[in-house]
Amino acid sequence: MTEELTDQKQRRHPGRGPVDTLNEMDHAAIDESITSRQEVSGFGSMIRTQPFWVFLAILAIGIVMTFVSDAFMTERNMFNITRNFAFFGIMALGMSAVICTAGIDLSVGSLLGLCAITLGLTMQAGWGIEVGFVVCMLTAAAVGAINGVLIAYLKMAPFVVTLGMLAMARSIAMVISNNKMIYEFGPDMELFEWIGGESMLGVPNVVWVLILMTAGFWWVWRYSTWGRWVIAIGGNAQAAKLSGIPVERMIVSVYMVCSMCTGLAAFMFIGYTGSATNGMGVTYELNVIAASVIGGANLMGGVVYALGAPIGAALVELIRNSLLLAGIPALWQQFFVGLFLILAVLLEQIRSRGRS
Amino acid sequence: MGLLNLNGITKSFGAIHALNGVDLSIDPGEAVGLMGDNGAGKSTLMKIIAGNFKPTSGEIRIEDKSVEFHKPIDARHAGIEIVYQDLALCDNLTAAANVFLGREAKKRIGPFSWLDHGAMYKRAGELFSELKSETRPRDLVRQMSGGQRQAVAIARTRLSDPKLVLMDEPTAAISVRQVAEVLALIKRLKDTGHAVILVSHRMPDVFDVCDRVAVLRRGTKVADKHIKETSPEEVTGLITGAIEAA
Ligand SMILES: Nc1ncnc2c1ncn2[C@@H]1O[C@H](COP(=O)(O)OP(=O)(O)OP(=O)(O)O)[C@@H](O)[C@H]1O
Ligand SMILES: [Mg+2]
Repeated sequence: MTEELTDQKQRRHPGRGPVDTLNEMDHAAIDESITSRQEVSGFGSMIRTQPFWVFLAILAIGIVMTFVSDAFMTERNMFNITRNFAFFGIMALGMSAVICTAGIDLSVGSLLGLCAITLGLTMQAGWGIEVGFVVCMLTAAAVGAINGVLIAYLKMAPFVVTLGMLAMARSIAMVISNNKMIYEFGPDMELFEWIGGESMLGVPNVVWVLILMTAGFWWVWRYSTWGRWVIAIGGNAQAAKLSGIPVERMIVSVYMVCSMCTGLAAFMFIGYTGSATNGMGVTYELNVIAASVIGGANLMGGVVYALGAPIGAALVELIRNSLLLAGIPALWQQFFVGLFLILAVLLEQIRSRGRS
Repeated sequence: MGLLNLNGITKSFGAIHALNGVDLSIDPGEAVGLMGDNGAGKSTLMKIIAGNFKPTSGEIRIEDKSVEFHKPIDARHAGIEIVYQDLALCDNLTAAANVFLGREAKKRIGPFSWLDHGAMYKRAGELFSELKSETRPRDLVRQMSGGQRQAVAIARTRLSDPKLVLMDEPTAAISVRQVAEVLALIKRLKDTGHAVILVSHRMPDVFDVCDRVAVLRRGTKVADKHIKETSPEEVTGLITGAIEAA
């Protein structure tokens, strides 16, 4: 322990003059002890991840619920649970990327409402589904780009920028919708509502989208340069910059990716509900951030799991569903979401204390 | 014609004058020791050469061409690699990932490319064994000792074939055995025609591997001598100011 402290001191205050021989002996000893530590891999490294433990929690709650309620394990209920959490899961995939850079995006709920309105107005005006989709994604990309530029280039705090955007995006949605509901989606209405609301092979379409996107993000985090650079920025932005990574551009792209995940979720969500209002997505940012954090995203940055987002979202939805089936008043819902959020962070703290 | 020529480099941070008109030149295959007290401006000078800071005034010439670095990557493209004093590593990534950060090895099929983890682990492993360091490529930097972190930072400079390697106190936190390896590496670099600037507070290291020693005192170069024409005592005097200049 004392040896380690000496080592730390040497590193924090390098250039304190010649290192004496005694110290060097200590370093040699530390090197030895660390080299003899075994490398962990496979199952060993899997059980060290947060998503694994949250997955166990999901199984445990699931098992308890089969005894509490006969309605729980039915196909219908499973279908509903997966469909409901898929919307949050898609948004949480993008949020995890933002959180990995030690940022936060509070504007996703409002953006969902704004995308709902721009998409709805476009299709209501008689445009096809392709145009509607493009408009929806462009809305999202523009909001993400504004967030990203303010954060990356003007060095503003993500919390403040996206809080401002939360207010502005909602307001713009209200203004351009004239505060009216949209339930007419033009010539492609049927296809639009099928995409968001129906299923293939017994699995809701939105769940298919979530599965594909999770697989995509898994690949990105593991095999793409973009993913590697985002994780590096979360670990040490200064070092990333010195290595020639275009940190500012990367951060802008991360906020755009997050927003576009929300844009995609909006596209599916409006098709599912069959109507668009400017109030859509109010307080969703809480559930999305909770899902990401429960799934293992660390607000200090540098940690991300593709599987964490859907698993975290699943736990949040499972809590909601279980309370409902167990006959506990819905008023308790947010209490338990908050409780699990705090427990997840606590678990992460305990695990990282165990590591160091 | 030198490899690198600095002419009248000055750097101010607001009211602080970190460097006042420093000249320095270095030839291929030469190692220069840069010494000076804490805050003398050694790291600042290194960072200017590496493209982190733009000098307030003065000129950098590489192989007799005037250059201007806007970003560290510009210096890297000009054949300059640096080991930063604070090492600049990402704790949450593996040793190999840190070695390759910003220039990852990739596999390609047509328009698709993806990270070639196997190649990166292998190459990083080779670099570590070249440095005789017991650093495992797959380990996270977070759980590494000071010496292993140093090895990672040094291994990074070996990825390309730079003309000039800048080392800002590469031996400040490592074991005797590893100090010897770093010094051996510097000698190898010299033998293969690379130039090295070594910032160090350790007199024996500088006198062991360097051909010349330059001394900075409060931002001014007060000496630049061949190692054979000076002594540790004189250099100490120059650093502390007991000897005005030489
Ligand atoms: N980014 C900066 N902003 C403001 N002042 C700085 C900055 N970097 C260095 N300085 C100042 O410039 C002077 C020279 O610092 P520098 O880090 O170059 O010293 P050094 O010779 O490397 O010292 P050490 O041996 O402690 O590493 C110091 O007074 C320092 O406070
Ligand atoms: Mg320094």
